[in-house]
Amino acid sequence: MKLKKTTKQSFITILMVVVLYIAISVAKSGGLLTYSLKGQLVPICAYIILALSLNLTVGILGELSLGHAGFMSIGAFTGAVVSMSLTGEIASSLARLVIAIVCGAILAGIFGFIIGLPVLRLKGDYLAIVTLAFGEIIKTIINCVYIGKDSNGLRFSLENAEALGLAEGGKAIIKGPMGAVNISPISTFTVGFVLILITLAIIFTLVDSRAGRAIMAIRDNRIAAESVGIPITKYKMMAFVISAALAGAGGALYALNYSTIVPTQFNYNTSILILVYVVLGGIGNMRGSVISATILVLLPELLRAVEKYRMLVYAVVLIVVMIITNNKKAKLFIANIFAKITSPIRKRIKMKHAHETDEKEEA
Amino acid sequence: MSKMVNVPSDAIIPERDLDKHPILEARHLGIDFGGLRAVDDFNLTIGRTEIAGLIGPNGAGKTTIFNLLTKVYQPTRGTFLLDGHDTHSMNTVQVNRAGIARTFQNIRLFNDLTVEDNVKVGMHNSMSYSMLGGILRLPSYWKQEKAAHERAMELLSIFNMEHTANFKAGSLPYGAQRRLEIVRALATNPKLLLLDEPAAGMNPSETADLMNNIRKIRDTFGIAIMLIEHDMNLVMGVCEGIAVLNFGKIIAKGTPAEIQQNPAVIEAYLGKTEDR
Ligand SMILES: Nc1ncnc2c1ncn2[C@@H]1O[C@H](COP(=O)(O)OP(=O)(O)O)[C@@H](O)[C@H]1O
Ligand SMILES: [Mg+2]
Repeated sequence: MKLKKTTKQSFITILMVVVLYIAISVAKSGGLLTYSLKGQLVPICAYIILALSLNLTVGILGELSLGHAGFMSIGAFTGAVVSMSLTGEIASSLARLVIAIVCGAILAGIFGFIIGLPVLRLKGDYLAIVTLAFGEIIKTIINCVYIGKDSNGLRFSLENAEALGLAEGGKAIIKGPMGAVNISPISTFTVGFVLILITLAIIFTLVDSRAGRAIMAIRDNRIAAESVGIPITKYKMMAFVISAALAGAGGALYALNYSTIVPTQFNYNTSILILVYVVLGGIGNMRGSVISATILVLLPELLRAVEKYRMLVYAVVLIVVMIITNNKKAKLFIANIFAKITSPIRKRIKMKHAHETDEKEEA
Repeated sequence: MSKMVNVPSDAIIPERDLDKHPILEARHLGIDFGGLRAVDDFNLTIGRTEIAGLIGPNGAGKTTIFNLLTKVYQPTRGTFLLDGHDTHSMNTVQVNRAGIARTFQNIRLFNDLTVEDNVKVGMHNSMSYSMLGGILRLPSYWKQEKAAHERAMELLSIFNMEHTANFKAGSLPYGAQRRLEIVRALATNPKLLLLDEPAAGMNPSETADLMNNIRKIRDTFGIAIMLIEHDMNLVMGVCEGIAVLNFGKIIAKGTPAEIQQNPAVIEAYLGKTEDR
């Protein structure tokens, strides 16, 4: 059977991720990565997952979400609480990490459902407004939450750490504005890589199935989709909940890479940052999201050399990339340059190939 | 052309459909937009395998009637029975599942999906595997997707469009887009197919093909078709019963021959003769 064009593209994307992973792993074990670069590996994975999950909402469902950091936050703090309360219970840190990620995904998915319930029934761009508010509300709420654990189990308060009334030997996990503290950083690059693969697999298989077609049909023309019997709210909800759950998984992975996370990290700026990855990589283009998230997370790190002008260069790069990816003439220009650079190489390959066949014929 | 006969409530349907339930019975259907009576006291009966025409000047309310029959709008007055069942509590999705499919005057395709996927979206409700079945690629996914592919190709072959299956729907020429809309509507297994100006923008040879294909579709699927059209050759050539609408009201019903000679129709189309 001949592969469909989209299937082929999906395989190329997955192949690209696998090759990148192998290359980085080799470089890492060869001692080629700087200390700070090594520290960026898990965040890169997390932001790739966040960009992919947001692209599901923006590119596949065709709705704008401005509060993706809210779902990331729910996943992050859920993950922190779960993993820390399982310390001692489960010895394997990998098992704890996996359970934390799954719980983060489930809780973020539930919140996605709760938000989607009133909003996704409406026609029009209400989702952007509501998700924007949601992100801020979640941040504020977690700012007031205190969770601790002692021999009696989990304790919860909205006042302060003392109000938890922890017994001897108990410890606070989430301390309001101070966030989650004393997390044992158990996230690994490999788990991040596997999570990216799972995210890609979910999105690609969804898109190429009955449900995915329904979702994209709604995006392309809601009235027509309804006229062929597609229940609109159900499929919008499906896409949005999956997107939220994946963001939660990414958030848990992210949180468990650090010893401390604070609620204000997951603010409006973070939501916009993730949206920037999606827009720069191309709306609906999953491979683009992977590439742009990787580059843009690394960029500030790479620009450390020009410390003073770091954010300036960052901003300029953003603008240039935006112009290039969204301007037909600029795209053509780049494609021409690229063709010019690669044509001698291609010619050489062709010549070499011809040469080889000649040799074969001679033999 | 089959013989049209009178049935109660001043309707006409083809003789061959007489012993069967009519597919559609519109009863005093009406809708207001603010002060405008866009459609008023619309009564129409369509036989099970009838090809019916709905004609009238621009702004007469023809598209509004399709929007009422597909529940894009809920009627202000009256109701309609689909296959004998009242539809007053149904929404667009339910009415489609119950057997009404349509095309749109201003084409509404899923432009970024392929031609084949547009048709498969139409088959949504005849497939049953779940979202998880799709993500996990369970056997039900492979089985139903294979069947859907074959069916999509079969439906596309009505208009010889199989070779365009992998093109983006939005990239098709105008006429092909109109044909794809018909295929997509057919994919929902309708009992009544509503075509809103299917020949608009088509050249005469395309229109002639369309005329044959409308008959072919009726014969192969055994369904009823109602079409809105300004091309009188098409309407008079293919329709068995015609209703004429003017200012939201039916001013005449009859066979093509009757309609062509009806003074009220001539007046609606040409204006009052004594004024000239
Ligand atoms: N949603 C709407 N709101 C207000 N007026 C409408 C709406 N839809 C249609 N109309 C009006 O109803 C009348 C009939 O329109 P339409 O059914 O599109 O006519 P046509 O017979 O050309 O298809 C027109 O005067 C139109 O302006
Ligand atoms: Mg119209």
